[in-house]
Amino acid sequence: MNQTASQGASEVQRFLDRLSERSARRSGEPTWIAARRQAGAARFEAMGFPDRRVEEWKYTDVRAISRGDFQLAEDADFSPASAAALTLPMDAHRLTFVDGVFSSALSDLTELPGGVQVQPLSQALEENHEAVGGPLGRLTGVEFSAFSALNTAFFEEGALVRLAPGTVVEKPIVLQFLSRANQAAVMSHPRILIEAASRSQATVIEHHVGEEGAANFTNLVEEVMLDRGAHLTHYKLVESPEQDLHVASIHVEQCRDAQFTSFNLTLGGGLVRNDLISDLNGQGAEVTFNGLFYGQNRQHVDNHTLANHNAPHTFSHENYKGILDDRAHGVFNGKVIVKRDSQKIEADQSNANLLLSDRAQIDTKPELEIYADDVKCSHGATTGQLDEEAVFALRTRGLDEATARGLLTLAFAGEVMDQVDLDAVAERVELTVAGKLPERFHLAGLVEAAVALNED
Amino acid sequence: MLEVKDLHVTVEGSEILKGLTLSIQPGEVHAIMGPNGAGKSTLSAVIAGKDGYEVTAGTITFEGRDVLEMEIEERAQAGLLLGFQYPVEIPGVKNIYLLKAALNAQREARGEGEIPAPEFMKLIKEKVSFMKMDNSFLQRAVNEGFSGGEKKRNEILQMLVLQPKLAMLDEIDSGLDIDAMKVVAEGVNSLRSEDRGILLVTHYQRLLDYIVPDHVHVLVDGRIVKSGNADLARELESRGYDWVVEESAA
Repeated sequence: MNQTASQGASEVQRFLDRLSERSARRSGEPTWIAARRQAGAARFEAMGFPDRRVEEWKYTDVRAISRGDFQLAEDADFSPASAAALTLPMDAHRLTFVDGVFSSALSDLTELPGGVQVQPLSQALEENHEAVGGPLGRLTGVEFSAFSALNTAFFEEGALVRLAPGTVVEKPIVLQFLSRANQAAVMSHPRILIEAASRSQATVIEHHVGEEGAANFTNLVEEVMLDRGAHLTHYKLVESPEQDLHVASIHVEQCRDAQFTSFNLTLGGGLVRNDLISDLNGQGAEVTFNGLFYGQNRQHVDNHTLANHNAPHTFSHENYKGILDDRAHGVFNGKVIVKRDSQKIEADQSNANLLLSDRAQIDTKPELEIYADDVKCSHGATTGQLDEEAVFALRTRGLDEATARGLLTLAFAGEVMDQVDLDAVAERVELTVAGKLPERFHLAGLVEAAVALNED
Repeated sequence: MLEVKDLHVTVEGSEILKGLTLSIQPGEVHAIMGPNGAGKSTLSAVIAGKDGYEVTAGTITFEGRDVLEMEIEERAQAGLLLGFQYPVEIPGVKNIYLLKAALNAQREARGEGEIPAPEFMKLIKEKVSFMKMDNSFLQRAVNEGFSGGEKKRNEILQMLVLQPKLAMLDEIDSGLDIDAMKVVAEGVNSLRSEDRGILLVTHYQRLLDYIVPDHVHVLVDGRIVKSGNADLARELESRGYDWVVEESAA
């Protein structure tokens, strides 16, 4: 065995040791869970952490994770005042997890309407584990990646969202994940399951944020099942502290006429890897992948998306924008696969990146695999710097350089942000992206006034 | 208010301005004319602070301040504004953002607070209508997809909102049909006042039928070789530039 391999094996072993320490207190678990843990552990051990020879991980080095020594959190203590400062200021149904552990004190499900089930996973398992066991793992198995295998071995907590047929949830459902600045780094393996029955509609916001100095590892697996005509708008906002490590896979299954609209907004985290996969299984199903990532310092943000056109007359749209400053590194991989009999599908994809520093880096790769002949597909990728002529033009009107650059950077993000209709989310993103832009809070009101003026 | 003395400017190693001297007092409208390649656009570009122009000798002062020592935005905040010959398109930045940010930057530099929203709306509504523009312009990205005439009108609109002490207009008439030019000229004429200076840079006399200057300067080979009143512009129109060039060579 060569040295690298033995090092890899000892890294894997450290995680497996944590697992066996934990298993002592899991004796009362249903057998199906125990069996899956075992399968997850076995698969993880066989695969090991991916290195950069694995195509899917070519540009992302996970050694910060594999060499880490992570505990499992024991409690969900978090000062309500600090939590309030991190929470998105909006009226919502809210579940909060602290380092993966459910916090009832920081959650609010008081006004949950009929036809909607929102529960911490542990509670759902306790009440009716068989109803969870059926769908859980159906879309994301242990084969997907070493991380999904690891999640399956460790999962304890997470969220379950179920919508009855025809249910329309007005308020967003927020799943808030808080990361603490612990003495010893911790890991969590949240599991999210969303089942939306026919014609139901909801907005789910997954929000990852934490205390400054936190350096924890989050390994999330999410499965979303959309029945006929269901509409789900899904926000994933990562504002984690800059030492936090984050790996997530979101796997969506869409039946006939189901719509999934994703906003994948990454502003924080030291290492962030997202896999978003949509299986378009019924005619009329439509997925929209919107993405914005903003990397500073040495942040690394890797987004992989995949649209599987498994049925004819299915639609996928993708618009990702990346802004990278300092020595940040971005990766975008957008893949579209069109099956042989999936005729009359439409797929469009665009990725534009803005490099604010000479040392920032982006690796972008669109991939189209088309096995049908009557399809409409387009893709494009661009990478550039801020237009210096525009910076000059703004300065000649009296705007200082920082404001001019902030305004232009925000304008670049605008195409994605214009689609965001939740003010609390838009404001968080604009605040970060524009930096110190003194005008930013007055712009919205100004535009409204101008619109009113036009209607005179 | 603006004093340019013996200005020498080099662009990419070749000298474009070779000792230009010009003095503009409040209330005056100056026109700089000249054949292509004489350095007309260089002067306003240097005053605005554009990159790539090296001042090798001479001075520029504005109300006693050394312009060459000021940041680009400081020049604008002090009231020196340049209307571009080729206004830049700025995708994603709405006109209304630019106007408000620019106006507030100027007010902040003067130690004033932000302009109240109703006051601002009233102001831009008035100016937009004066420039015969539709309010929808305010919602559009700066110059993006604008026609040549719309871009020039937009430059004047910015002047009307920002009320500079010295307005410099570089070839503001280029690419305009006669109707658009009349609107632009009306805008510029409305800027005329006893405490404001205006500097027009133009190749053609046509514009000066609508904006009658107090002083006309002919720029040839990097130097002002002849100055006069509006009659000089008319003479150039009928006789061309050759006689001035010959006179200056003699």
